[in-house]
Amino acid sequence: MDLSYTSAQQAFRRDIRDWLVANVPAQALASFDTAVGFRQHRAWEATLNAGRWGMVTWPEQLGGRGCDLIEWLIFEEEYYRAGAPARVNQNGIFLLGPTLMEFGTPQQKARFLPKMATGEEVWSQGWSEPNAGSDMAAIRSSATRHGDKYVINGQKTWSTRAVWADWCFGMFRTDPESQRHRGLTFILVPLDSPGITVRPIPQLNGLPGFAEIFFDNVEVAVENRLGEEGAGWPVAMATAGFERGLMLRSPARFQETARRLVQLYKANRESADRDPALSDAVLRAYLDAESYCLATYQTASRLSQGGKIGAESSTNKIFWSELDQAMHATAMSILGARAELLPHAPDAVGVGAWLDGWLFAQSGPIYAGTNEIQRNIIAERMLGMPR
Amino acid sequence: MDFTFSEDQLLFQQSLRDFLVKEVTPARIRQGWESDSGRDERLWRQLSELGVVGMTVPEQYGGLGMAELDFILLAQECGYVALPEPLVQTVLVAVPMLRDLGGELAATWLPRVAAGEARVAVGLQQNLLVEDAHCADLLLLERGGAIYAPRPAQTELRHNPSVDPSRQLYAVELTEALEPVATDEAAALLAAGALDRGALGCAAQALGLAQRMVDMSVDYTCQRQQFGQAIGAFQAVKHHMADVAVRLEYARAPVHRAAYGVARGEARASEHISHAKLVACEAANLAAKNSIQVHGAMGYTWEVDLHIFMKKAWALANSWGGEGFHKSRVAQYVFGDDARIGAGATFG
Repeated sequence: MDLSYTSAQQAFRRDIRDWLVANVPAQALASFDTAVGFRQHRAWEATLNAGRWGMVTWPEQLGGRGCDLIEWLIFEEEYYRAGAPARVNQNGIFLLGPTLMEFGTPQQKARFLPKMATGEEVWSQGWSEPNAGSDMAAIRSSATRHGDKYVINGQKTWSTRAVWADWCFGMFRTDPESQRHRGLTFILVPLDSPGITVRPIPQLNGLPGFAEIFFDNVEVAVENRLGEEGAGWPVAMATAGFERGLMLRSPARFQETARRLVQLYKANRESADRDPALSDAVLRAYLDAESYCLATYQTASRLSQGGKIGAESSTNKIFWSELDQAMHATAMSILGARAELLPHAPDAVGVGAWLDGWLFAQSGPIYAGTNEIQRNIIAERMLGMPR
Repeated sequence: MDFTFSEDQLLFQQSLRDFLVKEVTPARIRQGWESDSGRDERLWRQLSELGVVGMTVPEQYGGLGMAELDFILLAQECGYVALPEPLVQTVLVAVPMLRDLGGELAATWLPRVAAGEARVAVGLQQNLLVEDAHCADLLLLERGGAIYAPRPAQTELRHNPSVDPSRQLYAVELTEALEPVATDEAAALLAAGALDRGALGCAAQALGLAQRMVDMSVDYTCQRQQFGQAIGAFQAVKHHMADVAVRLEYARAPVHRAAYGVARGEARASEHISHAKLVACEAANLAAKNSIQVHGAMGYTWEVDLHIFMKKAWALANSWGGEGFHKSRVAQYVFGDDARIGAGATFG
């Protein structure tokens, strides 16, 4: 055990820190769930990629730096520390990208990864359906093979970023006789295909962060299939694993929230201390964010020595989503009567981005597999309890 | 940056686990409750033959000369079996205190401790009572800002039964005037180090206790049938256990980091120990709460073994500094003006 950074790791940290200081826009970008903000964020992805900071864990020939997981964590720490823009193409770079690298053909990797890295093609996900949410194996949207094309019909919902995205990845039933997990195929679909209708769904903050996608005889080339026909389930499970695992929600994000929470508490201490539970809640936020960081470094160390991540990755999603809710709830309590004010309200002084974060925190225990599903996975696959 | 244990450290853990799971069964623990001292000399000798008792004793005094980090996984295993013998206190608290005292005291006692021939108990002002004072051959007591080292004949003991029948707690009074072995700053440093290591030992044992309670509860809920099926198939039961697994999963790394920090004398080690003790004891307390719940009335009985582990967890949560003490230590740092917190600040 050696809990110090090597000089190479320290140099890496300095490099990204310097680059971010020089490149992070001084003015915060508009939300990527607005037309303007989406364009700004897409441009930011191109800037990141030009500096070869777009996806540092990717191999060098794909514009990455071949970083290991510890360097990834360092990158994320500096990224959040600098307050750099949110990653508009996270469905692509964090979820589909790693899946493509594992299951894609050389042609598919060459076709999709470079444009994903530059933000030229932004990805949305198409997994849930009106009757297939937590029960993803209940998917009914169909893809019927006609020669070298699939013809897709059906409906996807809760498709994050689909309003302005260029592509969507998802699972479709290719065998109409099949049941449950069998007969599903993982397919990549251009969202400008004829027959596609995207209906934006406003989220709690009023912005269309996700959408419904309707497929009406949409033709997709067979080469857009990822993995074998009928073998989509294990591909999707790998994607879900990345989502819950280390890539999507690294500790830095929550450590920065905890740091801001400590600042908020200290700035409002006189009123906050009228509720003795608040200082305790702030302390817990700090401890849990630190615990999450420590455990993640431990997992990353284990993985870089050839260990495997298993069902325990489900603990990760529960831990950060509940931490995020708790931290924002504490912030709302500290803000008191100001907590409900929108940031542009004339008397919203010192409210920061807490309200927005509070709204978003409500989605944490739901997306990427509800926390109830995660608890089932932990009980059944990690602890060995009966199904 | 490498947050893993070495092969040797993992092997040592495995061999102690194999030994303890075989030797320290709940039945043997219950036998101990019936004996006068509650302690098992044969077991202590075996542990010393394994080299565990003298692990942190410097090699010149016949020990293995290892550090706190080398012992931390072993302390977890002591928790896993709810070991009644004061192994964790000896290796993590008494031996380092003697080592730091040095001189004749260390030269006389450390070889005997390593050989399993003598036991040393430590009592700080922070502790209400002294654990295992009754079978100690030497006591190290913090009194009025000084450290004293009386022999048993120079003390009078008053037994205080604990909810955990395995714990042996004594009020200790000195029956003659003694010269302190350390005073002032030296005494304060020794006491602070002992308190930190004692708390670290509690944290590591709490991890083992929590794991044991989860294992017992999973076994039980897989066997117990109601409504025509194993109760472990019900989501309400599963989620109780999953909640414990989550807290436990994120309590381990803080304990390991704290052990690393103590071994290297890092500036923030005390705060990191407090962090470790808070989250590990919280995991163990949640394990106790949810385990008794899924055991139903069985968990409320003396006959079912669960209480052996629950009671130890409850006791450890408030010894060597309770929640209030450890929270205030973390708060002092976090709310202080010089706190370096946030992304990238975790490792220095």
